[in-house]
Amino acid sequence: MDIQQLAARLRSEIGEANVLTDRAQLRTYECDGLAVHKVMPAIVTLPATTEHVQAVVRACVETNVPYVARGSGTGLSGGALPHADGVLIVTSKLRSILELDADNERAVLQPGVVNLDITRAAAPYGYYFAPDPSSQQICSIGGNVAENSGGAHCLKYGFTTNHVTGVQLVSPTGELVPLGGKAPDPPGYDLLGAFVGSEGTLGIATEVTVRLMRAPESVRTLLAAFASTDDAGAAVSSIIGAGVIPAAIEMMDALAIEAAEAAVQCNYPQGAGAVLIVELDGPASEVEAQFEQVEQHCAAARAAEIRIAADDAERALFWKGRKSAFAAVGRISPDYIVQDGVIPRTALPQVLRRMGELAAKHGIRVANVFHAGDGNLHPLVLFDDAVTGEAERAEELSGAILDLCIEYGGSITGEHGVGMDKAKHMPRMYTDDDLDTMQLLRCAFDPDHLSNPGKIFPTPRLCGEVPGRHKGAHPLQEQGLAEVF
Amino acid sequence: MTGAAVLDDLGKVVDDRVRPAGDEDAIEGVRPSYCATPSSTEETAELLRVAAQHSLHVVARGAGTKQHWGKPPLRVDLVVDLTGVAGVVEHAAGDLITIVRAGTAVTDLQATLAENDQQLALDARFAAATVGGTVATNTSGPRRVLYGTLRDLLIGITFVRADGVVAKAGGRVVKNVAGYDFAKLLTGSYGTLGVITEVALRCHPLPRTRRVASIEVPDGEVAADLARRVLCSQIVPSAVEVTQPATGPASVGVLLEGVEAGVGARAEVARELLGVTSQIGDLPGSFDSYPFGPGDVGLKISTTLSGVGPVLKSARGVGDRHGVPVSVGGSAAGVLYAGMPADSDPAVVERVLAELRAIAGAYDGTVVVLTAPAATRRALDMWGPIRGLDLMRRLKDQLDPEHRLSPGRFVGGI
Repeated sequence: MDIQQLAARLRSEIGEANVLTDRAQLRTYECDGLAVHKVMPAIVTLPATTEHVQAVVRACVETNVPYVARGSGTGLSGGALPHADGVLIVTSKLRSILELDADNERAVLQPGVVNLDITRAAAPYGYYFAPDPSSQQICSIGGNVAENSGGAHCLKYGFTTNHVTGVQLVSPTGELVPLGGKAPDPPGYDLLGAFVGSEGTLGIATEVTVRLMRAPESVRTLLAAFASTDDAGAAVSSIIGAGVIPAAIEMMDALAIEAAEAAVQCNYPQGAGAVLIVELDGPASEVEAQFEQVEQHCAAARAAEIRIAADDAERALFWKGRKSAFAAVGRISPDYIVQDGVIPRTALPQVLRRMGELAAKHGIRVANVFHAGDGNLHPLVLFDDAVTGEAERAEELSGAILDLCIEYGGSITGEHGVGMDKAKHMPRMYTDDDLDTMQLLRCAFDPDHLSNPGKIFPTPRLCGEVPGRHKGAHPLQEQGLAEVF
Repeated sequence: MTGAAVLDDLGKVVDDRVRPAGDEDAIEGVRPSYCATPSSTEETAELLRVAAQHSLHVVARGAGTKQHWGKPPLRVDLVVDLTGVAGVVEHAAGDLITIVRAGTAVTDLQATLAENDQQLALDARFAAATVGGTVATNTSGPRRVLYGTLRDLLIGITFVRADGVVAKAGGRVVKNVAGYDFAKLLTGSYGTLGVITEVALRCHPLPRTRRVASIEVPDGEVAADLARRVLCSQIVPSAVEVTQPATGPASVGVLLEGVEAGVGARAEVARELLGVTSQIGDLPGSFDSYPFGPGDVGLKISTTLSGVGPVLKSARGVGDRHGVPVSVGGSAAGVLYAGMPADSDPAVVERVLAELRAIAGAYDGTVVVLTAPAATRRALDMWGPIRGLDLMRRLKDQLDPEHRLSPGRFVGGI
């Protein structure tokens, strides 16, 4: 079946208005948040119901056409990059909060529901949804589930995976499968745990059940300025060493502060080599006692200035600089790469020093913004595409930073995902056997490699003989895209 | 191939740490032929390669504290005793993580972590249990309210596949989304997907102070209501336990952890929420034990928060009606355990189970029979209905196509 025939079939099954093939309309969907990679999909579908999603997947399975799911398209690893000969399944019409069950501390959501809207809906009951990626005003819960999104507050509260108790998914073989639900500890393998963070390769979530958290009684936030990232890092170490787990500890270096200041006038202390934002939340009596400790640790680490947010407005201003940091570097550099690596937190001073050396060697500036509590770095590699060779050097430096993270026992991604962007780095972190084993899970879910192919794994694995399938060579093998293990 | 030849091949891997199995190695009446004790991940892998060559069915064993959980294996030739793969590899206190070999006793791990005022925030209810066995059976306890369970604490895993290939997933940093989360798949898999040899775990600071507020109330429903009140408050309890013995009053226990100044104030709020007769005191018995003993019938019941009261009420009612004492205790967060005496009539246990499954199911929950006497087991569907079973079977087929790892122990006959 060619693409035109498939489009016609999809139009008849999910409605004329929900299928796009016009090039001008397709162009809207050619990239996600990582705009450096662009691929125009053959067909874009906008399913309005779970049945629509299932119909699209079934049509793809029957015609052996790959498909990619997309939420709000804010991902930073190219996880929702379309397939040129495939179907893009966009969840933007699946935006209903199906149930807000405050009694059971759960919400049941369609995949296109925007992250922040969950908290908005839960707030009147005194609850909120903890995972808070910086893009929370637009990113969707389906995308959060696919990427296992984090955020500034995951040091204390964990990631999306710790807050999802159930999904209903359309599997890559077209079945509607419920996993988990509202109750904890469903028996059997924790397929839900494997599905969250599988970057769209194990199916498409059509319903997501999340845990709602009781809003804390007290939230206190301070901003401390230091002469250097070393001093700020020492403050973080002594806070954690004292047994305090803040809701968030965020750090920005001088260049990141400069950018944020230029973009949003957050009025951070002038001339600081680093700023820390530390937020504590919980029962008032507990927070009071620990907040004093945090102030003392910052002072002992030679903080030049400590500001304490007097109210929600001032707290929002502290966070504004941090949350706008990625976009803000656009003010000080024409182009930039957002990197996402993780190191053991205690290696921070050495890694920052070596990163500085690498940056100098490449003649490229790096601004640093990071979740200091859990060692999740977001180096912003600044370059000018108009200068010959700079983009290549920036890309090289960006890769070298990931090598540095691996050398110190860390990870190539803490929250942005592997996507297509980092698939090539996976063999540096895992052995062939590790990657081969992971792909056995994929084979269980997606024997034909149709669900978001080309993401996460550098080399697709063939899934072995399944009776009644695959006559002759596997299509991937024929195209020279896969080798037989 | 004779038994002596197999023993010889196994001996080439672990020297004299292999022996013909004895009565003490039998698992619920299923007797293995050999028992081998590897000392490392590499030796475990080599053993499993030999086992694959000889088509041996393999069961991994830690301290053996929960070998009577799940269904008995359909067949077992080789028991791999992991207690030789032991030791805390690293406790990076500043990074709040530890790396530990599977055969290490959880209590030994806790002692090591405590030297730096840290802990694995998981309640161990079997004193001798190993880390690997705890992961494989996914046990948890009262403090799940604040810290979650192993799926929230496990950040990396090394395991050996049925074909002897060593695989790792995750890593040694808490924040890491590179690759599929196999650590979660292995958690609670009862040894059916691979043999766990090493794990990386998230640590938490040891609290400075602990206090328990508790109250005795007429029955489980009242207990559940009070427990809900505490759960929905803002005092952030580490545990909220409800206990309903087979007869007599029920109780609620609230555990608060933190700094002295904070815990004192929060305990006062807890007392106000629980009522005037509540007391500040020690940890109640349910905090470190299940409501069933060795040989008894032991159930795990999950439900939504609002199902806790109805499940407790139903358990008391069904026990009274059938003349069997049903003791229940567990977390108000929706995970309860129930026990019935070893000599309970299997037909009665089956009826109790059916009624509890109906009420838990009405609250989106499930009831699993963790353990039971042999005759009772045979009469019961131990796992109950499973969502996603077809995908689970497909996963098993991929990782262990010959079904040689703990065959038959898990859901759906996996």
